[in-house]
Amino acid sequence: MYVDKFPIKGKFNEFGGQFVPETLMQALQELEAAYMKLKDDPKFKRDLNRYLREYAGRPTPLSLAMNLSKKVGLKVYLKREDLAWTGAHKINNTLGQCLLAKYMGKKRVIAETGAGQHGVATATAAAMFGLKCEIYMGAKDVRRQKLNVFRMRLLDAKVHEVKSGSQTLKDAINEALRDWTTNVRTTYYLLGSVVGPHPYPTIVRDFQRVIGRETRKQILERENRLPDAIVACVGGGSNAIGIFYDFLDDDVKLYGIEAGGKGLRSGKHSATLCAGSEGVLHGSRSYVLQDKFGQILPTHSIAPGLDYPGVGPEHAFAKLRGRVKYDCVTDEEAMQAFKLLNETEGILPALESAHALAYLPKLRRTLGDGALVVANLSGRGDKDVEIAARYMGVKI
Amino acid sequence: MSRIDAKFKELRHEGKGALIAFITAGDTSPKLTPNIATALAEHADILELGIPFSDPIADGPTIQAADDRALSAGTTPETVFKIIRDIRKRSDIPIVVLSYYNIVLNPGVENFMKKLKTAGGDGIIIPDLPLEESKEALRAAKNHGISMILLATPTTTPERLKQICRASSGFLYLVSVLGVTGARRKLSKEVKDLVKKARAASMGRIPMAIGFGISKPRHVREVLKLGADAAIVGSAFVDLIARHKNNKRRMLNELDRFAKSLKAAC
Repeated sequence: MYVDKFPIKGKFNEFGGQFVPETLMQALQELEAAYMKLKDDPKFKRDLNRYLREYAGRPTPLSLAMNLSKKVGLKVYLKREDLAWTGAHKINNTLGQCLLAKYMGKKRVIAETGAGQHGVATATAAAMFGLKCEIYMGAKDVRRQKLNVFRMRLLDAKVHEVKSGSQTLKDAINEALRDWTTNVRTTYYLLGSVVGPHPYPTIVRDFQRVIGRETRKQILERENRLPDAIVACVGGGSNAIGIFYDFLDDDVKLYGIEAGGKGLRSGKHSATLCAGSEGVLHGSRSYVLQDKFGQILPTHSIAPGLDYPGVGPEHAFAKLRGRVKYDCVTDEEAMQAFKLLNETEGILPALESAHALAYLPKLRRTLGDGALVVANLSGRGDKDVEIAARYMGVKI
Repeated sequence: MSRIDAKFKELRHEGKGALIAFITAGDTSPKLTPNIATALAEHADILELGIPFSDPIADGPTIQAADDRALSAGTTPETVFKIIRDIRKRSDIPIVVLSYYNIVLNPGVENFMKKLKTAGGDGIIIPDLPLEESKEALRAAKNHGISMILLATPTTTPERLKQICRASSGFLYLVSVLGVTGARRKLSKEVKDLVKKARAASMGRIPMAIGFGISKPRHVREVLKLGADAAIVGSAFVDLIARHKNNKRRMLNELDRFAKSLKAAC
């Protein structure tokens, strides 16, 4: 039995925990208490389900991708998180946490964002719930995800461009943590992935579990059986944990695909579980990309949402237990998959999600012809058109 | 008795407060740090050396920039141990390092404490390691005769404060503000309340040092008057180092003058 695995509060074996400045401890304890009280509260659950249904457009479809299936020699279903409002799974978590913030009486929410999807989803939920919203985003990401930056501003969120460090998601989280430390009494920190100090990895996972719950019901309706495998991309790992979680106790192979960038040997990648080691970053103990002294390494991925040197502690735990197989694909492979899904199915995937799709040919070799596979299409790719064009050497 | 305990005992005897001076080790170069440290040791009672880290979440822009300069100059934890050995050849000032936890965890907590002690270090502050996660570090520090200095802040509850006082050794680090490090014009209103709470919790068992935002002699006077045993000044020293990074003689003169003015307020 996989579930029931908390020997110590907030820990996944040695992973997880609360490695934060003392100033935040009180706030984390308050958050944990509020969440534990509300998570099984019938009214909270009813409210959240209504927002997920009427606002986010859930359940999202599970689409049989006929042409792609033929091309890769598997029977592939896509879980269409790209069709959730704001265009990615991130909305599941931001609706949940904004509702939590509202119940806790907080008036201001802050968040970090990499690709901008979590920033947009936060600004969206905050606009709807009437919360003041500020988003931290690395300057490099601001440049490469302009569309999302403008969307956040349209939603009346203030976007802070973070110019320290590598100017990506890692630095955005640093800055959001600094803001939270300063404004802890009034502010709710809406973390976007299953990373950070306890209770965030648990809260975000719980709000993303809806992906797996729906998938399970839908695949049973369509195929009358569970899939042979599920594949999802892993940056911090929220879409992956969300779709995996309700299958952990089943005979379903699970694959988490990280960003191999320009190849593991080049050093230019974000494949934390494939190439990292144990460490502490952003409040939890997990796998980290670090040098031999413990300094956090710069990362690279063509997909801004995967460009992060850490990973959720529960993924580190799943790796340790051997329950999930973690592997990676390169920028080039992800880009090929990005094109392939456009050509075969008329679907524009986010570059992050394209990493999961790029693994399908490898799965055919492992699982054999015609195996039944669900790929989590965690987001849509409108935001990535410019990056893709540049990669292909096309000026738009 | 440790160097830190002996220093506080000596000052209490004289009826004086302590000045704790912070700089980032290796800023602007590892070679320069022992010279800066020796200059500061003329006036400061305890030296706090930051081990530069790539992601210092408890620090404001001033110390972030210092960490970047030190890292660009090739400073590693090993370099910092060497810097401590160099300072030890010239001064007996108590030395406390400030390090984020990943740097301590990386070589193994036990191993790190051993190296720190061997180099001549006396204490350690780990700003992202709250009491709940401190067990391993506390044990290792004790094993190697290193004082582990814990932090308390305006959001720390009285019950936690009691536990933190019990676990901390050397001194207790009171964070004067909600927020990150950095010079501020005025002391926060939270300080008074915090000192009062901390005094009730510690019952005089451990010296109390106040840090974050203290940048002027009058701040030092104020916090000592509130009943603290020490004032910690960091970003204001780091600012001087940054401002005069191209003129070392001027830098050392300014640091000396500033440290002297702060100590005069103790």
